[in-house]
Amino acid sequence: MSVIKKFLYVNRRAPHGSIYALESLEVVLIGAAFDQDVALAFIDDGVYQLMLNQDTSGIATKNFSSTYKALGDYDVNKIYVEKESLEMRGLSKENLLPLTYEDEDDDWAEKDSIQIVTSAELSDIIDNQDLIFSF
Amino acid sequence: MKFGIMVNEGPYTHQASDTAYHFTAAALNNGHEIVRVFFYQDGVNNGTRLAVPPQDDRNITTRWSELAAQHDLDMVLCVAAAQRRGLLDKDEAKRAGKDTDNMAPGFNISGLGQLIDAGIQADRVMIFGD
Amino acid sequence: MSVLHIINKSPFEKNSLDTCLRLAKKGSAVLLIEDAIYAAQKNTAVADKIDAAVIKHTVYALEPDLDARGVDKSTIIDGISLVDYDGFVQLATEYSGTQSWL
Repeated sequence: MSVIKKFLYVNRRAPHGSIYALESLEVVLIGAAFDQDVALAFIDDGVYQLMLNQDTSGIATKNFSSTYKALGDYDVNKIYVEKESLEMRGLSKENLLPLTYEDEDDDWAEKDSIQIVTSAELSDIIDNQDLIFSF
Repeated sequence: MKFGIMVNEGPYTHQASDTAYHFTAAALNNGHEIVRVFFYQDGVNNGTRLAVPPQDDRNITTRWSELAAQHDLDMVLCVAAAQRRGLLDKDEAKRAGKDTDNMAPGFNISGLGQLIDAGIQADRVMIFGD
Repeated sequence: MSVLHIINKSPFEKNSLDTCLRLAKKGSAVLLIEDAIYAAQKNTAVADKIDAAVIKHTVYALEPDLDARGVDKSTIIDGISLVDYDGFVQLATEYSGTQSWL
């Protein structure tokens, strides 16, 4: 029987000002092939990675924001965004990409992948992981 | 216990590679097993054999190569991160039509799957970065 | 399940200490390494946060990093334990996992 571990990918940095957001996502996508129990957490400036309407044409860098939309297809559908981090930045769920997945246990109904969680809830989530990646 | 070690920053600019090295050496000295040392992001720069740091300072790359040789460590540079930053072994250099390779002894190029594999196999994964 | 939270940046440079303390569960441990060891000193602007942290968590600092930065051990907040790299490895085995707050 193969091992299934709880992997949490913690993202705390804004996109585009550094490569951490992109290279974190690349690990998640490769990791998806290993059938582990994957979740992502967006905390502090990490919440900016999920903002709508990113247009990198002026800075001529790769616009990888649409890749987050593919996460649902890779069975990555537990995306935790910290409420306090959003509020500190004057943001709400409406500013974020509408990430969804199709729930095979519910007749392929389309559901939200993003869960806005409080610090207390996220604290519990963190405490229950087998392995936490930070970039 | 089995440890996976992840190094996300290059030599000298950040202390990450130093701290990772000292942790790894201590773990080995205390009888633990290192499943893999995985270099990602700028961490791949630890694998260049072309660095010529000053004589009166530690040679970070050589130190890793020596630890790997002494303990038969599996040290991996992520292929995607390495290609991006110009760390190539002979095969990669040939494939990319480059006129040289620059891999230091003890480092091997492989995919991100090796990082996930280390995560699955190890009891603990230690992340060293900025 | 009790995590070892590892912080490596100075609390005056980054918000990693703040975020870690906001999210670290009671009973988990905090280890200050590299530039984060500055948070271990008395009489800084973050000393109150660390005093509170020492009550909620076991707080450690990596001694070689203190020495490197010329931080006198007598200036360290009461309740913080110093460890070396062997101790760092030991802590990683004692707790259920680690989280690096970079």
